[in-house]
Amino acid sequence: MDNMTIIAVASIVIAGITISLGSIGPALAEGRAVATALTSLAQQPDASATITRTLFVGLAMIESIAIYCFVVSMILIFANPFWNHVIAQTAGK
Amino acid sequence: MHLSPDQIVFWHYGFLKLNATIVFTWGLMLMMAGGSKLITRNLSIGIQRSRWQNLLEIVVTGIEKQIAEVGLSRPEKYLGFLGTLFLFVAAAAVCTVIPGYEPPTASLSTTAALALCVFVAVPFFGVEEQGVRNYLKSYAKPTIIMLPFNIISELSRTLALAVRLFGNMMSGAMIIGILLTITPFIFPIIMTVLGLLTGMVQAYIFSILATVYIAAATRDRKPKPESVQAIPA
Repeated sequence: MDNMTIIAVASIVIAGITISLGSIGPALAEGRAVATALTSLAQQPDASATITRTLFVGLAMIESIAIYCFVVSMILIFANPFWNHVIAQTAGK
Repeated sequence: MHLSPDQIVFWHYGFLKLNATIVFTWGLMLMMAGGSKLITRNLSIGIQRSRWQNLLEIVVTGIEKQIAEVGLSRPEKYLGFLGTLFLFVAAAAVCTVIPGYEPPTASLSTTAALALCVFVAVPFFGVEEQGVRNYLKSYAKPTIIMLPFNIISELSRTLALAVRLFGNMMSGAMIIGILLTITPFIFPIIMTVLGLLTGMVQAYIFSILATVYIAAATRDRKPKPESVQAIPA
């Protein structure tokens, strides 16, 4: 297998693995966060504004991890510097 | 399939480039500044007011209430900066309904610029509120060993702000683009609605996080003597 094939296969496979493994953790954590928030909402409905706001901020911070994985995956597919370099080399030949 | 609106270039001269991000940002600025100027031309104090003035009042008092709820004692000082952050990101997300438009926040340049504004604003407001010595001493709280970690956390918070907003906006635009080449009508429309929802949530998150950082920087450490009030007998 030459360089081009190795880079292409590695990028594609790792892009898939990145996003699939990277969304497991945040999904579980967000489920737990929402469950706890619902429990505290049931116990203290008066504080619902504070709880809801804190819940959304917490969810956004957890979501960032999944977003980082997604960005890496997109870079591997659409803006891959190694692939561009190898393509430029083949085009130059 | 482009990764961000940076790659659509309308005009370039040397190294100056007029790309889609800049053009859409200018369009947003024109719409928001021009619209507000038109609405606030004849402000009325009484009961009778135009519905546009009502709308703006709802928005401004809503943002002020949120800022006060997070813990900043005088929200009007920070309303300009934090309100602009929220309104810009929200307007950038909502205008996705216009065909041919791409949110400028889907480009890392815009989100990095906004995150750098927050990075500069936090020490600025902190020094303005507490003075230079007290603000710099707050980096050594709770112990001096935490000093490098506090500095690193400042930098990583800024990076996280930029990448979070960029990732959310870019993923929305990209998913719609990919789906349009695969499935017909209804599914891309549903994903556009989802993109609107996440855009508004991300606008709220960005401004609330900026508010929380500023509140942490301007929080008074020493208890005020006049906060102890005599209880009337």
